Amino acid sequence: MALNRKIAYIDLSTGKIEIKPIPLEVRRKFLGGRGLDAYLLYNHTKQGCDPLGPDNTLMVSGGILTATLASATSRCHVMAKSPLGGMLGSANMGGFFTPELAWAGFHHLVIKGKADKPVYLWIHNGKIEIRDAKNIWGKTVTDTQWAIREELGDDDIKSLVIGPAGENLVRYANVMTGIKNSGGRTGMGAVMGSKNLKAIAARGTMDIKIAYPKEALEYNKRFIDQITSAKVNQTQGTLGTPFIWGATNSWGGVRTRNFQYNQMLYADEIEPESIDENAIKTIGPYHMTGCFGCQVHCRAQYKIPTGPYAGIYDEGPEYTSQGGMSSEPDIPGLENLLVCNHLVDQWGVDNLEIGSIISWAMELYELGILTDKETEGLDLRFGNAEAFQEMLERICFRKGWLGNVLAEGGIIASEKIGKNSFDYLIQVKGVSNLHSDERATPALALNIATASRGSDHLRSRPAIDLYHLPVDVMRRIYSSPVPYDGPLSSEHTEYIGKPWQVFWHENCYMGVDCLGICKYHTTFLGATLPNFEDWSRVLYYNTGLELTPREIWDVAERSNMMERLFNLREGLTRNDLKKGDMLNHRYFDEPARRGALDVVGKVIDRKKFEKMIDELYEYKGLDQNGVPKPETLKRLGVDKEPSHLL
Amino acid sequence: MEPMGKVLAISPEKCTGCRLCELVCSVFHDGVSNAARSRIKVMKWESEGLYIPMSCQQCQDAPCLIVCPVKAISRDEKLSRVMVNHDICIGCRSCVTVCPFGAMGFNVIDRKNFKCDLCDGDPQCVRFCDMKAVDYLDADRVAIAKKKAAAEKITAAQRQAVALESESH
Repeated sequence: MALNRKIAYIDLSTGKIEIKPIPLEVRRKFLGGRGLDAYLLYNHTKQGCDPLGPDNTLMVSGGILTATLASATSRCHVMAKSPLGGMLGSANMGGFFTPELAWAGFHHLVIKGKADKPVYLWIHNGKIEIRDAKNIWGKTVTDTQWAIREELGDDDIKSLVIGPAGENLVRYANVMTGIKNSGGRTGMGAVMGSKNLKAIAARGTMDIKIAYPKEALEYNKRFIDQITSAKVNQTQGTLGTPFIWGATNSWGGVRTRNFQYNQMLYADEIEPESIDENAIKTIGPYHMTGCFGCQVHCRAQYKIPTGPYAGIYDEGPEYTSQGGMSSEPDIPGLENLLVCNHLVDQWGVDNLEIGSIISWAMELYELGILTDKETEGLDLRFGNAEAFQEMLERICFRKGWLGNVLAEGGIIASEKIGKNSFDYLIQVKGVSNLHSDERATPALALNIATASRGSDHLRSRPAIDLYHLPVDVMRRIYSSPVPYDGPLSSEHTEYIGKPWQVFWHENCYMGVDCLGICKYHTTFLGATLPNFEDWSRVLYYNTGLELTPREIWDVAERSNMMERLFNLREGLTRNDLKKGDMLNHRYFDEPARRGALDVVGKVIDRKKFEKMIDELYEYKGLDQNGVPKPETLKRLGVDKEPSHLL
Repeated sequence: MEPMGKVLAISPEKCTGCRLCELVCSVFHDGVSNAARSRIKVMKWESEGLYIPMSCQQCQDAPCLIVCPVKAISRDEKLSRVMVNHDICIGCRSCVTVCPFGAMGFNVIDRKNFKCDLCDGDPQCVRFCDMKAVDYLDADRVAIAKKKAAAEKITAAQRQAVALESESH
């Protein structure tokens, strides 16, 4: 049974390991995955703890449907207080780790304390062992995984690891598994590094009983037909995520030269078709690879075609790499993109954070805020691929003054660099925005401003807002499972109805994160993909747990509230530029310069933006300062937190 | 001529490595999710991006059938498959040792061997594989796709040669 998967508390300071069942009452409230992690984070961390100290608690989990027949149920979630902005830290990745964790008997790990020397965890059929990591410390992401398999003598072991960036406490280091599955945002790799925890290895052969196997199989088949018939998934399954970058860049939604432009010109070499052409040339006509049980298979395989790294195999590049390595620093070459994508995969660092940070430094260099003295002679101008790659290395290995400063993340770096460097930093809650430019899309701007883990697209982005769907189609999507009869607009440059969309997607994405399903299998990029109704069915067929679509929505809303409560406890205030639901002034003051006719000249209207936030707060049951009203907490059943149920 | 029966036709180059085949196999046969119970297994060389699904080839001259000391293994000609009768099987694992493909499994939980039975003619791995990296074809049709692809290459080369010839005149 999925429901008998356990939770383990691991104290690395004392070596004590405690294994407990997860009570049904808790399952019904939070299901699992990110939702339950949010509850655990609030209950197991002290206010104001040092994110890189032993008091921070690291949660690792799979969703309640991990490795069951709900398709793409491999999402692994990692949560802790973030060393990047000091707020909520949360990252999510696919791959094959959590199925192995679930077959080994576990859904949730709560890791506390700090080991006195490098260690890794070995989880095997109900048992957990803390092992010496002296032979794997210092290794790259993939070498670490292969070395663990060799040491334990089993090729089927799946590991969650950190690379050199995590060991070096780069505040936006990844947690990774496989070749390139990355829990990338908010520096969870640095938290692992700070605990001297190099890896978590899992292998299991324990049955997960499916409650209604026949129904689960048949419903899954229906699911798959629905997923593979969506045009957006067919495109993703052949071109990979770069197709999103291609589409977005064409209308002017891609940050270029940090935030100076919203479209990259002369980008032929890194367009999705060019990337695909290289994959065909170096791998073959079939070059897509997928996570556990997924039919979208959005990840391409490739070999680097030219230069000193020629012939090296990797996967991707994802569209976030196109943003971080190409458009933001304005470097048009394919080789640079493929090489940088490989380096971040091997060193274990967030591609979009590091790309964003270096591009910010490039702007500061061109403005004279950073000089040759700080860069130690490095010509850090936009478009300089060599300088970009050099900076990548300096940051991951903390070389030189600037490498060390930028490794601290935008907020600390801006304090050390001084002058008005902070004004140019495109971040929310200390987390850099991905490469998208939201000046022409108020719904997306509202999403990044209010996302719980900082400026990020995977928390509440109404991406389908760009499709200009007819209002009646939108109404069908947005008035279920809770009724909504307010205004909706098909126009992506509008402000009307967007707060409800952001609220709806926030709960939709939290829903899949609790279940452990990938966002490409829900209303993220495709309007026809599975939703609350389908999840209610697959949850029942696979686990026997009966929750109505509305009850799953409530789980999501409750879990989002736990994240909000955590952020408020760590100092979230509505308009604070470093800890609030607020955008950089450039969104309001600098008009977009390139792109489609309805994009050029656009800024976010500050008054309308604030009205959107007011409205979103109302839907979320918050007062005008962003603090939950007592009746909201009561309604969601989280009015007595921390309640220490687990 | 009598039809030879259908076989699993595996095209490794199409496999995305998602392992859904392993999941549906264990759910269909045992009602549980557990890759260790799957009759089909995707072998992986991750650092090269190579994935190869491996399953029973339902051999004509099956080594497992020949080696079985109690004649628990037999051929079912109707579905062109090799079957184990667990009422007779003594669990000696000789078949596991002798199979050249490693396709005969031994389940340590139930202490029984297990192998692909083609799901009685509707293989679930095929039904769920969107890439058709695992397909279910008449045995005499398996080579046709490859034949066609090779022929296409030859035609393309010939056309190029003709084009070059006419250009030079």
